[in-house]
Amino acid sequence: MAKVPEMELMNKGTTACPGCGAAHAMRYMLKALGKKTMINIPACCWAVIPGVYPSRNLEIPLLYTAFETTGASSSGVRAALNAKGIDPREITVVGFAGDGGTADIGIQALSGCLERGTDTIQVMYDNEAYMNTGIQRSGETPYGAWTTTTPVGSQKAWKKNPKKNMMEVVNAHGIPYAATVSIGHPESMIEKIQKAKDIPGPKFIHIYAPCPTGWRSDPSNTIELCKLAVDSCVFPLYEIEDGKYNIYKKPKNKIPVKDYLKLQGRFRHLPEEEVEMIQENVDKEWELLLKKEEFTND
Amino acid sequence: MSEMKIVSGNFAAAYGAKLSRVEVVAAYPITPQTEVVEKIAELVAEGEMDSEYIKVESEHSAMAACIAASNAGARAYTASSAHGLALMHELLIWASGARLPVVMTNINRAMGPPWSVWADHHDTLAQKGTGQLQFFCESNQEVLDSVIMAYKICEDEDIMLPAMVVEDAFILSHTKEPVEIYDQELVDEFLPSYDPDYKLDVDQPLGFGSLGMPDWYMDFRYKIAEAFEKAPDKIMEVNKEFEEVFGRDPGGLIEEYKTDGVDVLIVTMGSISSTSKDVIDELREEGHNVGLARLRTFRPFPVEEFRKLTKGVNVVGVMDRSYTFGHGGDAAREIKDALYGHRDVILKDYIVGLGGRDLTPKILKNVMLDAISLQDKGLDKEIEWVDLKINQERWRR
Amino acid sequence: MKTLSEEEVFRIVIDPKDHRDLPRAVITDCPSHLMTKTGSWRTLRPIVDLEECIKCGICWKFCPDVSIEVKEEGAVVDYDYCKGCGICAKECPVDAIDMKKEADYV
Repeated sequence: MAKVPEMELMNKGTTACPGCGAAHAMRYMLKALGKKTMINIPACCWAVIPGVYPSRNLEIPLLYTAFETTGASSSGVRAALNAKGIDPREITVVGFAGDGGTADIGIQALSGCLERGTDTIQVMYDNEAYMNTGIQRSGETPYGAWTTTTPVGSQKAWKKNPKKNMMEVVNAHGIPYAATVSIGHPESMIEKIQKAKDIPGPKFIHIYAPCPTGWRSDPSNTIELCKLAVDSCVFPLYEIEDGKYNIYKKPKNKIPVKDYLKLQGRFRHLPEEEVEMIQENVDKEWELLLKKEEFTND
Repeated sequence: MSEMKIVSGNFAAAYGAKLSRVEVVAAYPITPQTEVVEKIAELVAEGEMDSEYIKVESEHSAMAACIAASNAGARAYTASSAHGLALMHELLIWASGARLPVVMTNINRAMGPPWSVWADHHDTLAQKGTGQLQFFCESNQEVLDSVIMAYKICEDEDIMLPAMVVEDAFILSHTKEPVEIYDQELVDEFLPSYDPDYKLDVDQPLGFGSLGMPDWYMDFRYKIAEAFEKAPDKIMEVNKEFEEVFGRDPGGLIEEYKTDGVDVLIVTMGSISSTSKDVIDELREEGHNVGLARLRTFRPFPVEEFRKLTKGVNVVGVMDRSYTFGHGGDAAREIKDALYGHRDVILKDYIVGLGGRDLTPKILKNVMLDAISLQDKGLDKEIEWVDLKINQERWRR
Repeated sequence: MKTLSEEEVFRIVIDPKDHRDLPRAVITDCPSHLMTKTGSWRTLRPIVDLEECIKCGICWKFCPDVSIEVKEEGAVVDYDYCKGCGICAKECPVDAIDMKKEADYV
């Protein structure tokens, strides 16, 4: 696997929280894509991280857009470049949004963009809640998590719905490539994004990006959490290429989910039986993913 | 070579976009705008129009895609109507704040419920606060002309604002009239290609649309206000140039129809202006000193022009095909606002034709006669709803 | 594309005086590191033991603020920007980085 490229396209002096996973996500993604990239970002943490007027912190052109429009804006940029006769392999168009702007309020625009085959990489940096507005639950918030809209309280109102599976959603659109990546595994993250860049058509990257502020974890544990998430199979690393599943990192020793949960304050209210249930579900999903891999590669 | 074609208002809009050499079209179908996008799709498929056509999945995405394309340096176009326009609301404001010359055509249609597909100005006028320029067309020719003109006005570096060119549902959108489709070369001379000062460019990485703290937000907004101040003169300048190149006057800010020295001024917008002009002729033959002002540019509102036009006028009768609940008819209120402190006139607001309620010459004549009668009897009521079931007899006799 | 002189860039981009200095829309061009020195956020600061440091680059790789890099002598922290998140200390394979109280250093 290649080393992490040295070139920085993200400057220092961002207003990201200490230990911010989204900052890592952008940094590695830009290392993978290079200067010939145009990025559109809706309302999310990254709309604020570059700073207030007149600050910018990316060395690529950045279009801030309204919240629901990520996919549509990417289609607009790509259409303009096509109209100017610029080959899609020359300039990459990236729609970069949080889980809200991709999986919830942004899902319609994403679906339209993928369905009409826009040549773009749609990227979801997933910190598992609406972090920019103050940690409210999203469709990507995992089962059992505390958020401000799923507070625990006496009624045990933590999030009871499972995490929306965006990889399955995008795969249903028949796109050529989708991959989950983790900021704790930058080499493979960069490799997968570079792979996506060279494929014509719509691609999707799901980045696992811990948020110390929202997850109530120590800022120094951001990278550690990624390793635990992957090694416990909570966040498996896999690609779907033309419908074929490929799990590119299978943990040598699968660790228990509770080792992952215990570093995060947002799970500390969970009783034993809930943790067991989570473990069961993670195991079930993992087995299913292994089967998908086998089945689609026959 | 320019050619005369018998086309609908929708086709005229599509040809306007084609002649303007729009580079990106993003639109979602809605009755009665559908022929605009179908015609464009056909022209693109036949290789007659060199545009990227994004078949977006909603109107909100349509304007979002146009904004993004315009920011990337492409001339962008969309079209919608009623609920589709309402769905775009957030982005109409965004396009203005982002100072992007996106031009769209709106087919004026009533808002539901009840569901209605017929002519009504509420959809457009509910968006009058979004910072868009708004042009109301009377004929299909004017629709084509106005799309081309709008790009010229909006892409001027002093303006750089979005615009909507609006036409009445079915009356213009689906009715065929003779329209001159100009020679492409002539249009190219009038309208150069879009070349903005700043755009998405990998060789000059800038941010477009970031956070603005209270210490700068207001100053950015002030710049938009300044652009709107410059807009009326720019519109007239481009209008004059258009007339010189193409030989017809689309109407500028206000079209004045036999308004010299009148006692009574009737104000209309959109397609009812045509019928109204015939009625004005009839009334003048009968000895009434009455004229018509067709309000063509609603935003920026032609305040100075109205003040000039109403000098010596006793009564202003405004026909509004829209109504802001809890307030009044939109055009009447804006005219009153313009005249405050300047003219002492009797002004009456006639609410007409909502939801496509037909406005026959008879009804229009009765409205104008009512306005004329105010000279003697004074203002009876500020707002009059015309041709409701309850008062139909009075307006149709 | 409009090209500006260096003085114009400084005045318009970094130090606008009133609305006449603003671009027509909110277009940003001032590199963030000239505007925001986030070092003042710290409550803990990383201290590198240069003798222990093996110059592997893992700290540089995992820093979310691009504020530590490997130089001749070893890993060097840019204290103007380092927010003190502690990831470098956590990920260092030879424990060459310690997080100390910022208050002891100012």
